[in-house]
Amino acid sequence: MNALLAADLPYWAQSLLRVLGGVVAVLLPAGTIVYVFLFKMMSFMQSRLGPMEAGPYGSLQLFAEVGKWLQKEDITPERADRFIFKIAPLVVLTSTFLLVAVVPFGPDAWFTNFEAGVFYMLAVSSVSVLGILIAGWSSANKYSLLGGLRAAGQLIAYELPMVLAVVGVIIQAGTMNLQEIVVSQNAGEIFGWNGLGNPFLLTQIIGFVIFMIAVQAELTQTPFDMPIAESELVSGYMTEYSGFRFLTFFIAEFATAGVFSLIASVLFLGGWGIPFSWFGWSGIDDVDNWMNVVGPLIMVTKMLLLSFVIMWVRFSYPRFREDQLQRFAWKVLVPVSLVNIMVTAILKVAF
Amino acid sequence: MLAADLLVAQNIGFGLIALLMIVGALRVVTVNNVVHAALWLVVVLSGAAAQYLLLSAEFVAITQVLVYVGAVMVLFLFGTMLTRAKIGAEADLNNKNWAIGVPVALLMLGVMTWVLIDGFGDEKLPNPDQQVPVQALSDDIFGPYLLPFWALSFVLLVAVIGAIVLARKD
Repeated sequence: MNALLAADLPYWAQSLLRVLGGVVAVLLPAGTIVYVFLFKMMSFMQSRLGPMEAGPYGSLQLFAEVGKWLQKEDITPERADRFIFKIAPLVVLTSTFLLVAVVPFGPDAWFTNFEAGVFYMLAVSSVSVLGILIAGWSSANKYSLLGGLRAAGQLIAYELPMVLAVVGVIIQAGTMNLQEIVVSQNAGEIFGWNGLGNPFLLTQIIGFVIFMIAVQAELTQTPFDMPIAESELVSGYMTEYSGFRFLTFFIAEFATAGVFSLIASVLFLGGWGIPFSWFGWSGIDDVDNWMNVVGPLIMVTKMLLLSFVIMWVRFSYPRFREDQLQRFAWKVLVPVSLVNIMVTAILKVAF
Repeated sequence: MLAADLLVAQNIGFGLIALLMIVGALRVVTVNNVVHAALWLVVVLSGAAAQYLLLSAEFVAITQVLVYVGAVMVLFLFGTMLTRAKIGAEADLNNKNWAIGVPVALLMLGVMTWVLIDGFGDEKLPNPDQQVPVQALSDDIFGPYLLPFWALSFVLLVAVIGAIVLARKD
């Protein structure tokens, strides 16, 4: 994709295509996750059918929902801080868009190829905290403020295990570039056998589990949904939002779930690649061009798999208590991930 | 694209971001709401990150976002919202001694300008569109600058332990 773009198109056209690609990469996973998991899978798990009226098996329900939200009145509370109240959902959504910018979808199908891609991903994912905090504060509602504060405390606590879980992958791959992490997994070998490549899932299984738990918490999905605990805080920081601003929060939540699944599949499941030995490739330059089409499909499959796990956990477990949540992050996840880093580093030097 | 064109575009970008940062910095001290001041500070700090990007110091820019926007400012906002963060203007927010701050700020500006001009003069970046790989950076930090790195870590560790000691009730 990129080689094609660089050859024929002027800069502005490339940029436009990238923006469009980014919009697709954010909205498509969000829509899929909401329909397949939130509407259908949750219904089946609760022994009901879910939406059935709009389109075959309710497949057009999503458009009906979006239409409904867009029609609703855009309410701003009287005593709210108007400007900040209005931009807060956009800050959260911006963080999602920035996040998808580093995900590689194929040998040339990427938006940007940051040298420090992993680090960038961790940095921009923390920007959404800011949006959530100011959304909670500017609503001029005690429940919203409490929800915002809980979200901030939770996201700070779980960002640390996330960073530390990724460090193991970085040590093993020897790079922070997501593209090179993909290559090193697919070109790798397990004790001389290269039929499967070497997905870091096998060696970094602890890191993977910690990463997925931290993702669950960052997304404020049950069992980590204290910030929006509807039985105690109404809807937390989202309480006062209506219409398309609520829709923005909603899209951001599920799009971020999709993007984090994409990133987890890049870090741990081999990303867009298939084991290079199958076709006799030895490096990224050998990879055939058709991988630019197949790669995104592989990524979407892996994304659906991982977001299925996220949603499965979400619908299966009750909510943590606030103190249990903090204790779990600081006393279990952080020490375990530190030990994981040490063991990885020792084994890296030893082999 | 010609290197000269690139430099022009970068200079325009630098000017715009610098202007935004200056306005933001002034608003931080003049605005009469704590949370608004903190948010203007976010603008200034993100502007600094953008400037680092223009200098092709990618890693430093990302660190700036991660540490300042993602952690420090969130803690700032968290703290103010937990204690005092009214919506709307507050009357007693400005310090009475703000006039003394102006000469101090001007003095700082003078000293820093002098240091920069004295230290670098007409020197230019060796290669403006080539970025330093992250590995070279880490080799430097954990090689020749290991001792300062340890010293900084020690300071932070002391602060963390101090915070725990202060916060513990038993």
